[in-house]
Amino acid sequence: MEHHSAQLIACHDCDLLQREIPLKKGCAASCRRCGAVLYRNATDSIDRTLAYTLAAAVLFVIANLFPIFAIEVQEAGSEINLFGAVQSLWDKQMHSVSLLVFLTTILIPALELITMTYLLLPLKFRHIPAGSYILLGMLKIVKPWGMIEVLMLGVLVSLVKLTSSFKVIPGIALWSFAALTLLLAAAAATFSARDVWERLDSKGDKEVAA
Amino acid sequence: MTGMNSAAEQGLCSCHVCNLVSRLEQGTGQAHCPRCGASLHYRKPGSVARCWALLISAYILYIPANLLTIMETGSLLKYRKDTIVSGVVELWKTGSWGIAIVVFIASVTIPLLKLISLTLLLVSVQRRSRWRPRQRTRLYRLVELVGRWSMLDIYVVALLAALVQLGNMATVKAGPAALAFGAVVVLTMFASMQFDPRLIWDPIQKEST
Ligand SMILES: [Zn+2]
Ligand SMILES: [Zn+2]
Repeated sequence: MEHHSAQLIACHDCDLLQREIPLKKGCAASCRRCGAVLYRNATDSIDRTLAYTLAAAVLFVIANLFPIFAIEVQEAGSEINLFGAVQSLWDKQMHSVSLLVFLTTILIPALELITMTYLLLPLKFRHIPAGSYILLGMLKIVKPWGMIEVLMLGVLVSLVKLTSSFKVIPGIALWSFAALTLLLAAAAATFSARDVWERLDSKGDKEVAA
Repeated sequence: MTGMNSAAEQGLCSCHVCNLVSRLEQGTGQAHCPRCGASLHYRKPGSVARCWALLISAYILYIPANLLTIMETGSLLKYRKDTIVSGVVELWKTGSWGIAIVVFIASVTIPLLKLISLTLLLVSVQRRSRWRPRQRTRLYRLVELVGRWSMLDIYVVALLAALVQLGNMATVKAGPAALAFGAVVVLTMFASMQFDPRLIWDPIQKEST
Protein backbone atom coordinates (compact mmCIF):
# COMPACT_ATOMS: atom_id res chain seq x y z
CA MET A 1 0.00 0.00 0.00
CA GLU A 2 2.52 2.61 -1.12
CA HIS A 3 -0.05 5.41 -1.33
CA HIS A 4 -0.50 5.36 2.45
CA SER A 5 3.14 5.61 3.47
CA ALA A 6 3.42 8.81 1.40
CA GLN A 7 0.69 10.47 3.57
CA LEU A 8 0.11 13.24 1.10
CA ILE A 9 -2.99 15.35 1.31
CA ALA A 10 -4.36 17.79 -1.25
CA CYS A 11 -6.47 20.68 0.04
CA HIS A 12 -10.08 20.28 -1.13
CA ASP A 13 -10.45 24.03 -1.58
CA CYS A 14 -7.15 25.07 -3.23
CA ASP A 15 -5.45 21.75 -4.20
CA LEU A 16 -2.24 22.62 -2.34
CA LEU A 17 -0.23 19.44 -1.82
CA GLN A 18 0.80 19.01 1.79
CA ARG A 19 2.24 16.32 4.03
CA GLU A 20 0.08 15.07 6.87
CA ILE A 21 1.43 15.63 10.34
CA PRO A 22 0.32 13.82 13.51
CA LEU A 23 -2.05 15.95 15.60
CA LYS A 24 -2.75 16.22 19.31
CA LYS A 25 -6.20 15.07 20.43
CA GLY A 26 -8.91 17.52 19.53
CA CYS A 27 -6.72 19.57 17.19
CA ALA A 28 -7.33 20.29 13.54
CA ALA A 29 -4.91 20.77 10.65
CA SER A 30 -5.68 23.63 8.30
CA CYS A 31 -4.36 24.38 4.85
CA ARG A 32 -1.41 26.78 5.03
CA ARG A 33 -2.44 28.53 1.84
CA CYS A 34 -6.23 28.98 2.05
CA GLY A 35 -7.00 28.07 5.66
CA ALA A 36 -9.45 25.24 4.94
CA VAL A 37 -9.70 22.59 7.65
CA LEU A 38 -7.97 19.54 6.19
CA TYR A 39 -8.52 16.97 8.92
CA ARG A 40 -9.06 16.69 12.66
CA ASN A 41 -7.87 14.34 15.31
CA ALA A 42 -11.31 13.67 16.73
CA THR A 43 -11.33 11.72 20.00
CA ASP A 44 -13.13 8.36 19.66
CA SER A 45 -14.81 9.68 16.54
CA ILE A 46 -16.56 6.41 15.65
CA ASP A 47 -17.88 5.60 19.15
CA ARG A 48 -19.11 9.10 19.86
CA THR A 49 -20.73 9.61 16.47
CA LEU A 50 -22.47 6.26 16.83
CA ALA A 51 -23.84 7.25 20.24
CA TYR A 52 -25.15 10.58 18.93
CA THR A 53 -26.60 8.89 15.85
CA LEU A 54 -28.52 6.27 17.84
CA ALA A 55 -29.93 8.90 20.19
CA ALA A 56 -30.86 11.05 17.20
CA ALA A 57 -32.63 8.11 15.55
CA VAL A 58 -34.86 7.60 18.60
CA LEU A 59 -35.71 11.31 18.70
CA PHE A 60 -36.32 11.35 14.96
CA VAL A 61 -38.99 8.64 15.33
CA ILE A 62 -40.64 10.50 18.23
CA ALA A 63 -40.51 13.80 16.32
CA ASN A 64 -42.35 12.20 13.42
CA LEU A 65 -44.99 10.38 15.44
CA PHE A 66 -46.16 13.19 17.70
CA PRO A 67 -47.68 16.59 16.89
CA ILE A 68 -45.32 19.57 16.65
CA PHE A 69 -47.90 21.98 18.00
CA ALA A 70 -51.63 22.50 18.16
CA ILE A 71 -53.83 25.57 18.00
CA GLU A 72 -57.17 26.18 19.59
CA VAL A 73 -59.78 27.90 17.46
CA GLN A 74 -62.78 28.52 19.68
CA GLU A 75 -63.80 25.02 20.79
CA ALA A 76 -62.22 23.20 17.84
CA GLY A 77 -58.55 22.27 17.95
CA SER A 78 -56.11 21.63 15.15
CA GLU A 79 -52.78 19.90 15.54
CA ILE A 80 -50.06 19.14 13.13
CA ASN A 81 -47.21 16.73 12.62
CA LEU A 82 -44.52 16.85 9.96
CA PHE A 83 -45.97 14.22 7.68
CA GLY A 84 -49.38 15.87 7.95
CA ALA A 85 -47.83 19.08 6.60
CA VAL A 86 -46.31 17.19 3.67
CA GLN A 87 -49.64 15.50 2.96
CA SER A 88 -51.70 18.67 3.08
CA LEU A 89 -49.36 20.36 0.57
CA TRP A 90 -49.74 17.33 -1.69
CA ASP A 91 -53.53 17.48 -1.41
CA LYS A 92 -53.48 21.15 -2.35
CA GLN A 93 -51.73 20.33 -5.64
CA MET A 94 -48.38 21.72 -4.45
CA HIS A 95 -46.68 18.45 -5.39
CA SER A 96 -43.13 19.74 -5.93
CA VAL A 97 -43.06 21.76 -2.72
CA SER A 98 -44.54 18.83 -0.81
CA LEU A 99 -41.88 16.53 -2.26
CA LEU A 100 -39.13 19.01 -1.41
CA VAL A 101 -40.25 19.19 2.22
CA PHE A 102 -40.59 15.40 2.40
CA LEU A 103 -37.11 14.80 0.97
CA THR A 104 -35.23 17.38 3.03
CA THR A 105 -36.87 16.79 6.41
CA ILE A 106 -38.01 13.15 6.41
CA LEU A 107 -36.48 10.89 3.77
CA ILE A 108 -32.89 12.17 3.65
CA PRO A 109 -32.44 12.58 7.43
CA ALA A 110 -33.87 9.05 7.87
CA LEU A 111 -31.54 7.61 5.21
CA GLU A 112 -28.61 9.43 6.77
CA LEU A 113 -29.34 8.05 10.25
CA ILE A 114 -29.84 4.51 8.94
CA THR A 115 -26.67 4.62 6.83
CA MET A 116 -24.56 6.01 9.68
CA THR A 117 -25.79 3.31 12.06
CA TYR A 118 -25.24 0.61 9.44
CA LEU A 119 -21.67 1.80 8.87
CA LEU A 120 -20.57 2.70 12.38
CA LEU A 121 -22.07 -0.14 14.42
CA PRO A 122 -20.05 -2.92 12.70
CA LEU A 123 -16.96 -0.67 12.51
CA LYS A 124 -17.05 -0.22 16.27
CA PHE A 125 -16.68 -4.00 16.59
CA ARG A 126 -14.03 -4.02 13.83
CA HIS A 127 -16.17 -5.55 11.10
CA ILE A 128 -16.55 -4.03 7.68
CA PRO A 129 -20.16 -3.68 6.56
CA ALA A 130 -20.87 -4.64 2.95
CA GLY A 131 -20.99 -1.78 0.47
CA SER A 132 -19.32 0.67 2.84
CA TYR A 133 -17.34 2.44 0.08
CA ILE A 134 -20.46 3.16 -1.93
CA LEU A 135 -22.42 4.20 1.18
CA LEU A 136 -19.72 6.64 2.29
CA GLY A 137 -19.79 8.22 -1.16
CA MET A 138 -23.58 8.40 -1.05
CA LEU A 139 -23.54 9.92 2.42
CA LYS A 140 -21.31 12.72 1.16
CA ILE A 141 -23.75 13.49 -1.67
CA VAL A 142 -26.98 13.50 0.36
CA LYS A 143 -25.61 15.23 3.46
CA PRO A 144 -26.24 18.85 2.33
CA TRP A 145 -29.90 18.00 1.63
CA GLY A 146 -30.87 16.97 5.15
CA MET A 147 -32.22 20.18 6.69
CA ILE A 148 -33.61 19.37 10.13
CA GLU A 149 -31.99 22.46 11.68
CA VAL A 150 -33.63 24.75 9.13
CA LEU A 151 -36.97 23.06 9.79
CA MET A 152 -36.46 23.72 13.50
CA LEU A 153 -36.09 27.42 12.80
CA GLY A 154 -39.15 27.22 10.55
CA VAL A 155 -41.14 25.71 13.43
CA LEU A 156 -40.10 28.61 15.70
CA VAL A 157 -41.03 31.23 13.11
CA SER A 158 -44.43 29.56 12.59
CA LEU A 159 -45.00 29.55 16.35
CA VAL A 160 -44.36 33.27 16.61
CA LYS A 161 -46.60 33.99 13.62
CA LEU A 162 -49.43 31.95 15.14
CA THR A 163 -49.26 33.27 18.70
CA SER A 164 -50.45 36.67 17.49
CA SER A 165 -53.88 35.28 16.56
CA PHE A 166 -54.26 31.86 18.22
CA LYS A 167 -53.66 30.02 21.44
CA VAL A 168 -50.78 27.69 20.59
CA ILE A 169 -49.95 24.52 22.52
CA PRO A 170 -46.46 23.14 21.90
CA GLY A 171 -46.34 19.38 21.26
CA ILE A 172 -43.88 16.60 22.10
CA ALA A 173 -42.37 16.72 18.62
CA LEU A 174 -41.39 20.37 19.12
CA TRP A 175 -39.04 19.43 21.97
CA SER A 176 -37.90 16.33 20.09
CA PHE A 177 -36.96 18.43 17.05
CA ALA A 178 -35.02 20.84 19.25
CA ALA A 179 -33.03 18.01 20.86
CA LEU A 180 -32.64 16.29 17.48
CA THR A 181 -31.12 19.45 16.01
CA LEU A 182 -28.51 19.54 18.79
CA LEU A 183 -27.71 15.82 18.47
CA LEU A 184 -27.32 16.01 14.69
CA ALA A 185 -24.96 18.97 15.10
CA ALA A 186 -22.96 16.99 17.67
CA ALA A 187 -22.83 13.95 15.37
CA ALA A 188 -21.67 16.09 12.45
CA ALA A 189 -18.98 17.69 14.61
CA THR A 190 -17.56 14.39 15.88
CA PHE A 191 -17.87 12.42 12.64
CA SER A 192 -14.58 12.11 10.83
CA ALA A 193 -14.76 10.39 7.45
CA ARG A 194 -10.97 10.14 7.57
CA ASP A 195 -11.11 7.90 10.66
CA VAL A 196 -13.66 5.67 8.96
CA TRP A 197 -11.50 5.36 5.84
CA GLU A 198 -8.47 4.58 8.00
CA ARG A 199 -10.34 1.85 9.80
CA LEU A 200 -11.59 0.43 6.50
CA ASP A 201 -8.00 0.44 5.20
CA SER A 202 -6.40 -1.24 8.20
CA LYS A 203 -9.13 -3.87 8.25
CA GLY A 204 -8.87 -4.41 4.51
CA ASP A 205 -5.11 -5.00 4.75
CA LYS A 206 -5.51 -7.55 7.52
CA GLU A 207 -8.13 -9.44 5.56
CA VAL A 208 -5.83 -9.57 2.55
CA ALA A 209 -2.93 -10.78 4.71
CA ALA A 210 -4.99 -13.44 6.47
CA MET B 1 7.91 20.02 -0.52
CA THR B 2 9.19 23.52 -1.03
CA GLY B 3 7.07 26.35 -2.37
CA MET B 4 3.39 26.15 -3.12
CA ASN B 5 2.61 23.22 -5.37
CA SER B 6 -0.82 22.05 -6.26
CA ALA B 7 -1.50 18.35 -6.51
CA ALA B 8 -2.61 18.73 -10.13
CA GLU B 9 0.79 20.19 -11.16
CA GLN B 10 2.47 17.06 -9.81
CA GLY B 11 0.10 14.83 -11.74
CA LEU B 12 -1.59 13.92 -8.49
CA CYS B 13 -5.30 13.95 -7.88
CA SER B 14 -7.26 13.69 -4.68
CA CYS B 15 -10.35 11.50 -4.66
CA HIS B 16 -13.58 13.48 -4.20
CA VAL B 17 -15.05 10.70 -2.08
CA CYS B 18 -12.25 9.47 0.19
CA ASN B 19 -9.62 12.23 -0.28
CA LEU B 20 -6.86 9.74 -1.11
CA VAL B 21 -4.13 11.35 -3.22
CA SER B 22 -3.07 9.15 -6.12
CA ARG B 23 -1.25 9.53 -9.45
CA LEU B 24 -3.56 10.17 -12.36
CA GLU B 25 -2.27 8.27 -15.41
CA GLN B 26 -2.60 10.29 -18.57
CA GLY B 27 -4.30 8.96 -21.69
CA THR B 28 -5.69 5.80 -20.15
CA GLY B 29 -9.28 6.95 -20.38
CA GLN B 30 -11.31 6.97 -17.19
CA ALA B 31 -9.16 6.80 -14.05
CA HIS B 32 -10.43 5.37 -10.77
CA CYS B 33 -9.44 5.83 -7.15
CA PRO B 34 -7.32 2.87 -5.99
CA ARG B 35 -9.01 2.93 -2.58
CA CYS B 36 -12.72 3.46 -3.20
CA GLY B 37 -13.10 3.16 -6.97
CA ALA B 38 -14.63 6.62 -7.52
CA SER B 39 -13.74 8.23 -10.85
CA LEU B 40 -10.85 10.69 -10.60
CA HIS B 41 -10.67 14.18 -12.06
CA TYR B 42 -8.19 16.99 -11.42
CA ARG B 43 -11.12 19.41 -11.30
CA LYS B 44 -14.87 18.83 -11.27
CA PRO B 45 -15.69 18.18 -14.94
CA GLY B 46 -17.66 20.93 -16.68
CA SER B 47 -17.76 22.90 -13.46
CA VAL B 48 -17.98 26.43 -14.87
CA ALA B 49 -20.50 25.67 -17.62
CA ARG B 50 -22.82 23.67 -15.35
CA CYS B 51 -22.59 26.25 -12.61
CA TRP B 52 -23.52 29.04 -15.06
CA ALA B 53 -26.49 27.05 -16.38
CA LEU B 54 -27.86 26.43 -12.88
CA LEU B 55 -27.18 30.01 -11.81
CA ILE B 56 -28.94 31.58 -14.81
CA SER B 57 -31.97 29.35 -14.22
CA ALA B 58 -31.97 30.49 -10.60
CA TYR B 59 -31.82 34.17 -11.66
CA ILE B 60 -34.82 33.68 -13.94
CA LEU B 61 -36.89 31.94 -11.25
CA TYR B 62 -35.86 34.54 -8.69
CA ILE B 63 -38.19 37.03 -10.42
CA PRO B 64 -41.49 35.09 -10.00
CA ALA B 65 -40.30 33.96 -6.56
CA ASN B 66 -40.35 37.58 -5.41
CA LEU B 67 -43.26 38.94 -7.46
CA LEU B 68 -45.85 36.21 -6.95
CA THR B 69 -47.77 35.33 -3.80
CA ILE B 70 -46.04 32.96 -1.40
CA MET B 71 -48.87 32.76 1.12
CA GLU B 72 -52.58 33.59 1.15
CA THR B 73 -54.17 34.13 4.53
CA GLY B 74 -57.90 34.47 4.89
CA SER B 75 -60.29 34.76 7.81
CA LEU B 76 -63.77 36.17 8.36
CA LEU B 77 -62.37 39.61 9.00
CA LYS B 78 -59.45 40.00 6.67
CA TYR B 79 -57.89 38.47 3.61
CA ARG B 80 -54.34 39.06 2.46
CA LYS B 81 -51.88 37.84 -0.11
CA ASP B 82 -48.24 38.04 0.82
CA THR B 83 -45.10 38.02 -1.26
CA ILE B 84 -41.83 37.18 0.47
CA VAL B 85 -41.02 40.83 1.12
CA SER B 86 -44.53 41.89 2.17
CA GLY B 87 -44.57 38.95 4.59
CA VAL B 88 -41.43 40.30 6.25
CA VAL B 89 -42.89 43.83 6.36
CA GLU B 90 -46.07 42.49 7.99
CA LEU B 91 -44.02 40.66 10.63
CA TRP B 92 -42.11 43.89 11.33
CA LYS B 93 -45.35 45.88 11.65
CA THR B 94 -46.87 43.40 14.09
CA GLY B 95 -43.87 43.87 16.35
CA SER B 96 -42.09 40.56 15.80
CA TRP B 97 -38.83 42.31 14.99
CA GLY B 98 -36.52 39.43 15.83
CA ILE B 99 -38.40 36.98 13.63
CA ALA B 100 -38.77 39.61 10.89
CA ILE B 101 -34.98 39.98 10.80
CA VAL B 102 -34.43 36.20 10.75
CA VAL B 103 -36.89 35.75 7.88
CA PHE B 104 -35.42 38.72 6.02
CA ILE B 105 -31.91 37.26 6.25
CA ALA B 106 -33.01 33.76 5.24
CA SER B 107 -35.38 34.69 2.41
CA VAL B 108 -33.96 37.92 0.99
CA THR B 109 -30.32 38.40 1.96
CA ILE B 110 -29.06 34.82 1.57
CA PRO B 111 -30.54 34.12 -1.89
CA LEU B 112 -29.18 37.45 -3.16
CA LEU B 113 -25.80 36.82 -1.53
CA LYS B 114 -25.65 33.41 -3.20
CA LEU B 115 -26.60 34.66 -6.66
CA ILE B 116 -24.18 37.60 -6.56
CA SER B 117 -21.31 35.67 -4.95
CA LEU B 118 -21.50 32.78 -7.40
CA THR B 119 -21.63 35.21 -10.34
CA LEU B 120 -18.57 37.01 -9.00
CA LEU B 121 -16.71 33.74 -8.42
CA LEU B 122 -17.55 32.42 -11.89
CA VAL B 123 -16.54 35.63 -13.66
CA SER B 124 -13.28 35.88 -11.70
CA VAL B 125 -12.43 32.24 -12.43
CA GLN B 126 -13.17 32.63 -16.14
CA ARG B 127 -10.99 35.74 -16.35
CA ARG B 128 -8.27 33.81 -14.50
CA SER B 129 -8.17 36.58 -11.94
CA ARG B 130 -5.41 36.59 -9.33
CA TRP B 131 -7.36 38.96 -7.07
CA ARG B 132 -7.55 37.96 -3.40
CA PRO B 133 -7.85 34.18 -3.78
CA ARG B 134 -8.06 33.61 -0.04
CA GLN B 135 -11.02 35.96 0.34
CA ARG B 136 -12.76 34.45 -2.67
CA THR B 137 -12.31 30.96 -1.22
CA ARG B 138 -13.80 32.23 2.04
CA LEU B 139 -16.74 33.71 0.15
CA TYR B 140 -17.32 30.31 -1.46
CA ARG B 141 -17.25 28.59 1.93
CA LEU B 142 -19.75 31.13 3.25
CA VAL B 143 -22.10 30.46 0.32
CA GLU B 144 -21.88 26.70 0.98
CA LEU B 145 -22.51 27.22 4.68
CA VAL B 146 -25.52 29.55 4.63
CA GLY B 147 -27.25 28.41 1.43
CA ARG B 148 -29.51 25.85 3.09
CA TRP B 149 -31.09 28.41 5.45
CA SER B 150 -33.10 29.95 2.60
CA MET B 151 -35.38 26.94 2.84
CA LEU B 152 -36.89 28.55 5.96
CA ASP B 153 -39.84 30.21 4.22
CA ILE B 154 -40.84 26.96 2.49
CA TYR B 155 -41.09 25.19 5.85
CA VAL B 156 -43.03 28.04 7.45
CA VAL B 157 -45.57 28.02 4.61
CA ALA B 158 -45.84 24.22 4.75
CA LEU B 159 -46.46 24.19 8.51
CA LEU B 160 -48.93 27.08 8.57
CA ALA B 161 -50.92 25.83 5.58
CA ALA B 162 -51.36 22.39 7.15
CA LEU B 163 -52.25 23.70 10.58
CA VAL B 164 -54.87 26.27 9.85
CA GLN B 165 -56.62 24.08 7.30
CA LEU B 166 -58.66 22.36 10.04
CA GLY B 167 -59.91 25.43 11.80
CA ASN B 168 -62.86 27.08 10.04
CA MET B 169 -61.88 30.54 11.22
CA ALA B 170 -58.89 30.98 8.99
CA THR B 171 -57.24 29.45 5.98
CA VAL B 172 -53.63 29.63 4.89
CA LYS B 173 -52.69 28.60 1.37
CA ALA B 174 -49.28 28.24 -0.21
CA GLY B 175 -48.97 30.42 -3.30
CA PRO B 176 -47.13 29.82 -6.59
CA ALA B 177 -44.06 31.73 -5.34
CA ALA B 178 -43.38 28.87 -2.93
CA LEU B 179 -42.64 26.65 -5.92
CA ALA B 180 -40.43 29.24 -7.63
CA PHE B 181 -38.61 30.09 -4.42
CA GLY B 182 -38.03 26.41 -3.60
CA ALA B 183 -36.57 25.97 -7.09
CA VAL B 184 -34.24 28.96 -6.56
CA VAL B 185 -32.93 27.43 -3.32
CA VAL B 186 -32.39 24.01 -4.90
CA LEU B 187 -30.79 25.43 -8.07
CA THR B 188 -28.37 27.68 -6.17
CA MET B 189 -27.43 24.78 -3.90
CA PHE B 190 -26.65 22.63 -6.94
CA ALA B 191 -24.75 25.55 -8.50
CA SER B 192 -22.52 26.02 -5.47
CA MET B 193 -21.88 22.25 -5.34
CA GLN B 194 -20.86 22.31 -9.00
CA PHE B 195 -18.41 25.17 -8.50
CA ASP B 196 -14.84 24.01 -7.95
CA PRO B 197 -12.99 26.39 -5.57
CA ARG B 198 -9.63 25.00 -6.73
CA LEU B 199 -10.18 26.90 -9.99
CA ILE B 200 -9.68 30.12 -7.98
CA TRP B 201 -6.11 29.04 -7.23
CA ASP B 202 -5.10 27.66 -10.62
CA PRO B 203 -3.99 31.01 -12.16
CA ILE B 204 -1.82 31.69 -9.11
CA GLN B 205 -0.04 28.40 -9.62
CA LYS B 206 0.93 29.22 -13.20
CA GLU B 207 2.76 32.45 -12.44
CA SER B 208 4.63 31.45 -9.30
CA THR B 209 6.32 28.46 -10.96
ZN1 LIG C 1 -6.09 25.07 0.79
ZN1 LIG D 1 -11.37 7.40 -3.29
